[in-house]
Amino acid sequence: MSIEMTLRRERYAARTKPESTGALSATSARDDVRTEPRAVRIAIIAIAVTFLSIFVVLPLVVVFAQAFSKGIGAYFAALSDPEALSAIRLTLLVAAISVGLNLVFGLIAAWAIAKFDFSGKTFLISLIDLPFSVSPVISGLVFVLLFGAQGYFGPWLASHDIRLLFAVPGIAFATLFVTFPFVARALIPLMQEQGTQEEEAAISLGASGLQTFFRVTLPNIKWGVLYGVLLCNARAMGEFGAVSVVSGHIRGETNTMPLLVEILYNEYQFVASFAIASLLAMLALITLVAKTILERHLDEGQSSHEH
Amino acid sequence: MSATIARRSSLPGFGLTMGLTLTWLSVIVLIPLAGLFFKTFELSFDQFWVILTSRRTLSALKISFGLAFAAAIVNLVMGMIIVWALVRYRFPGRRLFDAIVDIPFALPTAVAGVALTALFAEKGWLGAPLAALGIKVAFTPIGIFVAMIFIGIPFVVRTVQPVLIDLDPEIEEAAASLGANRWHTITKVILPSMTPALLTGFALAFARAVGEYGSVIFIAGNLPNVSEIAPLLIVIRLSEFRYADATAIAVVMLMVSFLIIFTVNRLQRWAQTRVPAH
Repeated sequence: MSIEMTLRRERYAARTKPESTGALSATSARDDVRTEPRAVRIAIIAIAVTFLSIFVVLPLVVVFAQAFSKGIGAYFAALSDPEALSAIRLTLLVAAISVGLNLVFGLIAAWAIAKFDFSGKTFLISLIDLPFSVSPVISGLVFVLLFGAQGYFGPWLASHDIRLLFAVPGIAFATLFVTFPFVARALIPLMQEQGTQEEEAAISLGASGLQTFFRVTLPNIKWGVLYGVLLCNARAMGEFGAVSVVSGHIRGETNTMPLLVEILYNEYQFVASFAIASLLAMLALITLVAKTILERHLDEGQSSHEH
Repeated sequence: MSATIARRSSLPGFGLTMGLTLTWLSVIVLIPLAGLFFKTFELSFDQFWVILTSRRTLSALKISFGLAFAAAIVNLVMGMIIVWALVRYRFPGRRLFDAIVDIPFALPTAVAGVALTALFAEKGWLGAPLAALGIKVAFTPIGIFVAMIFIGIPFVVRTVQPVLIDLDPEIEEAAASLGANRWHTITKVILPSMTPALLTGFALAFARAVGEYGSVIFIAGNLPNVSEIAPLLIVIRLSEFRYADATAIAVVMLMVSFLIIFTVNRLQRWAQTRVPAH
């Protein structure tokens, strides 16, 4: 997802640049040399649309078709099951913890990285990016190795009667790990682009550091903050692999929504499984729509900043 | 560090925010990852080697890396075609299909997993016609391949798309005016200038597919040595309390993904040193 963020601006530029969209009906001589014969154009569009329909659209449609296959009553019965409700509650709790902590971290890290010059900045950013390239299962495994019975802190935790693994704190740690880069990575390029002039002016007029941050910096980056929070939240609620390793699958206690999807599916309770899955699919769709709207705000913010 | 900052910025809070950043980064990311590496040092090299070369581990690694590679190739070709259609042509629903590309990024992996399985199972919408043709997708390695294609496609599209958008129209016009036909212009002029982006997209899709768990395990069938992916074997070893085995496999996979990030970084530097797009 990190590439996605950096691509945002360029895609906007493409939309506003009239000549960059070749047309099915080539009009000018200039377009003529830059496009293909009509049959080729139609074939390429057909391949692209068919591929996306089969591999991306159909799986999404299947989720809802399966969820409602026994009628709307069965759907809502599945969602109001105590186990489902407890999974929804746990997912919301874990998302709130990881979004909250990552938001605070993201703001602090972006301030340090974007507003100051120091050597090793690129390296530090790639360290923040690390969780993006670690397999979800390994993201869970590292916490088993830390907190598990055979782990580094396992014996100490056990002797103090603290339970992190197979409990909510373990799930929160694994989710924090996989969502770690989202907010910081959304803010760093944005804040770098905005420079330090406005903040320096505020400081020279006698504002304190915190006043400057809350009254000058934060209003400038509010859409970026929302953008990072949105993507962080989507991943936090949907994470499966990492959470699966540390959860212990205790029914009604340590099952998040994605884990419950798996359990119900393996018990052949397909309607119930797809009902929970449909909630997560709706979350994904809402996230995509909100992301598009935020990207528009971010682009406007940037172009108004440039002018 | 503080000497260099003093010159440029008069803003307060560098020491405090940098300290907090490094602390939190260490607690959540660096120490846990380092723990994984230290755990492998508890093994002798022989033990490590025996684990890695056991038939089941080797099969799992081969399945994960082999199918991820094949899926990334499909994504490379299909991604290029999709980017071409989205950037160069106008057709009804273009904006919608552009947005649809992001669904595999946004859809939780477990949801993708059960959905793909339902779709390709023997009685599924696509599984039934394929079964009539004698092709079984779900619960076979083909199923793993399909799931890996699903999760990899946005990586290629979103990496290549901006490069094609920014490509200077004049180089195509120059090629055409010098007498190159359209096919030559595309293969000899356009594609070479997009090579770094294509390779980056390929590498990202490959890396994601190698480590993928949620969208694969439902459709895979998970037969040892046949359709068992490496991340699943890690989970199985953990549930058997064979931590050393799990750790050894994880370290190998982690090193490969670090190697891929390193390659991607080099590719991006290469892309920047090439002829600028404008």
